[in-house]
Amino acid sequence: MITYLIKRILWMFPMLIGISLISFFIMHLAPGDVTSTEASFNPKASEESRQKLREIYNLDKPVIVQYGLWIKRISQLDFGNSFASHQRPVLWQSKDKNGNITKGLIQEALPITLLINLLGITVIFSISIMLGTLSAVKQNSWVDKSITLFVFIGFAIPGFWLALLLMYWTGVSNQWLPISGLHSLNYQNLSLFGQFTDLMKHLLLPVFISSLSGLAGISLYVRNGMLEILNQDFITTARSKGLNEKKIVFVHALKNAILPLITIIGLSIPGLIGGSVISESIFAIPGMGKLFYDSVLMRDFPVIMGILTIGSVLTLIGNLIADLGYAWADPRIRKGITK
Amino acid sequence: MYYKNINLYSFILFLCLFSIGCSQDKPVGLNYQAHYDKEDGGRLINAMTGEPSNLIAMIAGDSASSAIANNIFNSLLKYDKSLNYAPDIAESWNISNNQKTITFKIRKGLYWADGEKLTSKDVMFTWKLVTNPDTRTPYASDYQLVKKASTPDPYTFKVTYQESYAPALDTWTSLHILPEHLLRNEDINNTYFSRKPVGSNYYILDNWKSGQQVSLTRNSRSINGKANINNLISRIIPDTSSQFMELIADNIDLMSINPIQFKRVFPSRKDLRDKIGLYKELGNGYTYLGFNLKKEPFNDRRVRKALNFAIDKNEIVKGVLLGLGEPLASPYKPGTRWNNTKLKPYQYDSNRALNLLSEAGYKKNKDGLLEKNGKVLRFEILTNQNKQREMTAVIIQRRLKEIGVDVSIRVIEWASFINQFIKTGDFDVVVLGWSLSLDPDQFNIWHSTQQGPGQFNFLGYENKRVDTLLERGRLELDVSKREKIYHEFSDILLDDSPIVYLYAGYGLSAINKRVRGINRPSPPAGIYHNSYDWFIPKILRRNEISDN
Amino acid sequence: MKKFIGNSLALAGLVIITIVLLAAALAPFIAPYDPNFIDIESILIAPSYNHIMGTDGLGRDVFSRMLYGAQISLLVGFVAVGISTGIGIILGSIAGFYRGWIDSFIMRIVDIVLSIPSFFLILAVIAFLTPSIWNIMIVIGLTSWMGVTRLVRAEFLSLRGREFVMASEAMGSSDIKIILLHLLPNSMTPIIVSSVLGIASAVLVESGLSFLGLGVQAPTASWGNILTDGKEYIQFAWWLSLFPGLAILLTVLGYNLLGEGLRDILDPKNK
Repeated sequence: MITYLIKRILWMFPMLIGISLISFFIMHLAPGDVTSTEASFNPKASEESRQKLREIYNLDKPVIVQYGLWIKRISQLDFGNSFASHQRPVLWQSKDKNGNITKGLIQEALPITLLINLLGITVIFSISIMLGTLSAVKQNSWVDKSITLFVFIGFAIPGFWLALLLMYWTGVSNQWLPISGLHSLNYQNLSLFGQFTDLMKHLLLPVFISSLSGLAGISLYVRNGMLEILNQDFITTARSKGLNEKKIVFVHALKNAILPLITIIGLSIPGLIGGSVISESIFAIPGMGKLFYDSVLMRDFPVIMGILTIGSVLTLIGNLIADLGYAWADPRIRKGITK
Repeated sequence: MYYKNINLYSFILFLCLFSIGCSQDKPVGLNYQAHYDKEDGGRLINAMTGEPSNLIAMIAGDSASSAIANNIFNSLLKYDKSLNYAPDIAESWNISNNQKTITFKIRKGLYWADGEKLTSKDVMFTWKLVTNPDTRTPYASDYQLVKKASTPDPYTFKVTYQESYAPALDTWTSLHILPEHLLRNEDINNTYFSRKPVGSNYYILDNWKSGQQVSLTRNSRSINGKANINNLISRIIPDTSSQFMELIADNIDLMSINPIQFKRVFPSRKDLRDKIGLYKELGNGYTYLGFNLKKEPFNDRRVRKALNFAIDKNEIVKGVLLGLGEPLASPYKPGTRWNNTKLKPYQYDSNRALNLLSEAGYKKNKDGLLEKNGKVLRFEILTNQNKQREMTAVIIQRRLKEIGVDVSIRVIEWASFINQFIKTGDFDVVVLGWSLSLDPDQFNIWHSTQQGPGQFNFLGYENKRVDTLLERGRLELDVSKREKIYHEFSDILLDDSPIVYLYAGYGLSAINKRVRGINRPSPPAGIYHNSYDWFIPKILRRNEISDN
Repeated sequence: MKKFIGNSLALAGLVIITIVLLAAALAPFIAPYDPNFIDIESILIAPSYNHIMGTDGLGRDVFSRMLYGAQISLLVGFVAVGISTGIGIILGSIAGFYRGWIDSFIMRIVDIVLSIPSFFLILAVIAFLTPSIWNIMIVIGLTSWMGVTRLVRAEFLSLRGREFVMASEAMGSSDIKIILLHLLPNSMTPIIVSSVLGIASAVLVESGLSFLGLGVQAPTASWGNILTDGKEYIQFAWWLSLFPGLAILLTVLGYNLLGEGLRDILDPKNK
């Protein structure tokens, strides 16, 4: 087991190089670069200035040279500056000679996306464990059927459609929730508690929308897992021993059903930093999804590569955890590995 | 137990779907129709789809940046209500007899927002900056035509051009003058000033929450006096449907709307019309169908004219813009002197189109398609991701199909569009638009020397007479003589038909009725020309934590 | 078979899908108008006798567009899933059968492709290529084969130790024969389930891409682009949002129900 672990960790480094190489080349296969934006198609704008910009950003050098330059920077943990956002640092803030701090793009977008995703995961796991268990315990009753139906609808509904409908209902027809944005205009003037509630009100719909399909999926997973476990011998034994039904369900069965969820948590880790570009666009939330999408359209290579690199690292770690969890949970595979 | 919650939950979910039709109206106790006198203070909230990148306009390329920067900085001149030149930083200007030197007299007693005096050294500094080859600005070329600039005294700025340059005054209306005392030791390409600017105009930057909003407050030292509205907030809301919801929920005051919202949505909702006013103004640009003049069959003028006759522009204005636009016959804004009113747009005439095409050798084959020498008349219309252009292309496709031309449509993301197709000349026909300056010079677009990669004569137009006219137009300072030059230019262009003028669309705005002082109908300079003079009566203001 | 009918979920799913398939297949016959027929006199008409689902921004009949849009949605689903399942089966079989370094290698490739969130990858690639229907299908297919690969591999790994496989090997059957005749048929459950679910997901992805303007392009009708066209007037032209939204919802729901139902029925572990 330990050797497996070490081998996997060592594998991560060449994989990272591979991922970054592939991403870099794919980016550069795309026609155009940051100097070909819609704004630059202005009859008053000159071609020489665009050519100059290309030189400054090394865009006129062969791709492999650009890649080499980028690797050199990354190895010093320098993710560079954005092309499109006028030299704002990609990752972390920089200070100029007068002490003015310019915040990094990822530094500002990541916490927002992390918050939404962590809230989402909390919501998903807490509610779906509840729903899934209930469904399994009352299998085939109308409770089970309606939970299942609801869960399926949640899975099937196009997110942006539901978002627009809910925004209209909660924000326009009734003034219960804000429609878009992260903070109200008077945010600065609110107390700490006020700021907290304000933020929660703004995040309610985005978190709900982005966790809907996960909620559906995990509920089903828990339900099926619980069903499987509840039919196993050791539960029948516990029942025949006269143990409290509630204890059987919530302690013995649930404990076993949750184990495979480790896999799922592992697989959700890379999703933590990927925002949904659609949801962020509709709700006007400046998160990682929108940052990535805008960078792609603007061919802002430093930002694109920065996001992909961080994403890859997290994914590799997440997959490792997921595979380990899966192997540990399924004894057949565990045996297979150590054979 | 749990199921009670789930019942409630699903009930709410289904309620969502059914209540879209039933919107509650907010009780309006305020009288939006009454007249109010001008009052000081208040806050105007508008929405932007994109975020500014850099508030130094000469470096930033995007419209969000210039929109904000226009509130913060001044130029030497500006345009007044009727699009005549008016003083801004310069109180007067004088053109020498040989027409090569302009002497600007700068107003006395002007200050920057931080209290420093604004004098000719700032103007000189700005000119040096924009013409410096190290400055990453795409707009240097106009200012580089100045061969000598001088400041004989703190209130005079003198520029001498190599040759008389007619567009000169127009170029001085769009150069934001920057403070020398704050930027003299800064690298203009990387300075923090771009995020914390100091200007001289009605507003100063109060706060910029990255990705969320930009907030401006009144500049007490503004060189043109105080604006009425105290606080301008631009909220960054990328999705236009969200913007619209914010508008009708009264969370924002101002946004650009589309023809359907203007012509169909608002008229169907009296409650909205009571609170929100609609405005339209003709912009300074147009949408066109451009032929690749280097490619067959578009090098044949008869084919181009035929296609021009085969497209029904009125149908496009009616269908795409719901009538909120005008057809064109010259590349100039209707209502300005440069627009040659003697020229008439090509009317829809499918018979004439077919006649021209048969003159050019096209006959209908057995499938009903036009064919010449065995080749069917077939091409692809390229356009970028713009709803109106897509709809326009669809309508054009249908009309051309009727006369036997096989047209396909391809929509491409902008950067790919420019690099893969436009720059390489690898296209048949495009549907695009030009957004033009107020000076009639169109050298960059139509002169035969501007066909290089990345330059703007990408259609490949070459006409010796037009070349001469464009060159002369730049040198001629006499306005009526200039007018004749550009009228002739438009005439030739219409006859040659390198493009099909599709429409000049109106800019449509929806502004909450609490905002007063907006000119109606919109003057030639547009409704925003006097935004500093708009005001919001106290009684109609939103609840705000008191700012002055 | 009896189990199938007894499982009401799967049945409901099948019914929904059949309706959608019929609508798509019969579109040329039942559509009252040409879906591309522009009528600028009839822009944005509410559902009425002449247009039972109303008209869109160019006066085109929404009902006809919805029928042809069904074709597009289903086409995208089937082709994308066909590609992803095809790749997944091939790679998963090889990895699960041969194990060893081939397995590691293939799994590392899976990891690499998984490292880029698939929606991002789809976006990036579609933004560069023209967003045509074929590109969308291929890209969705090329970014969703990883799950199938893992499933097939897992099945193969656990089936490997079974007696009938060992017997086959002892008899000297060729590798291909073992894979095709013994291992694959017994691994069909997760493949079928994931294919059905994959179709559902592809339909949702296409509608998401349409929202960003990168879906199926004008003038072709797809549920996603009808929905997107109407998003700025959801209260005024509610028919442009309601019908395609419901259609997507029901179709995806149908596929999900069918998939989960099949999983219940075909899984030998269930009683």
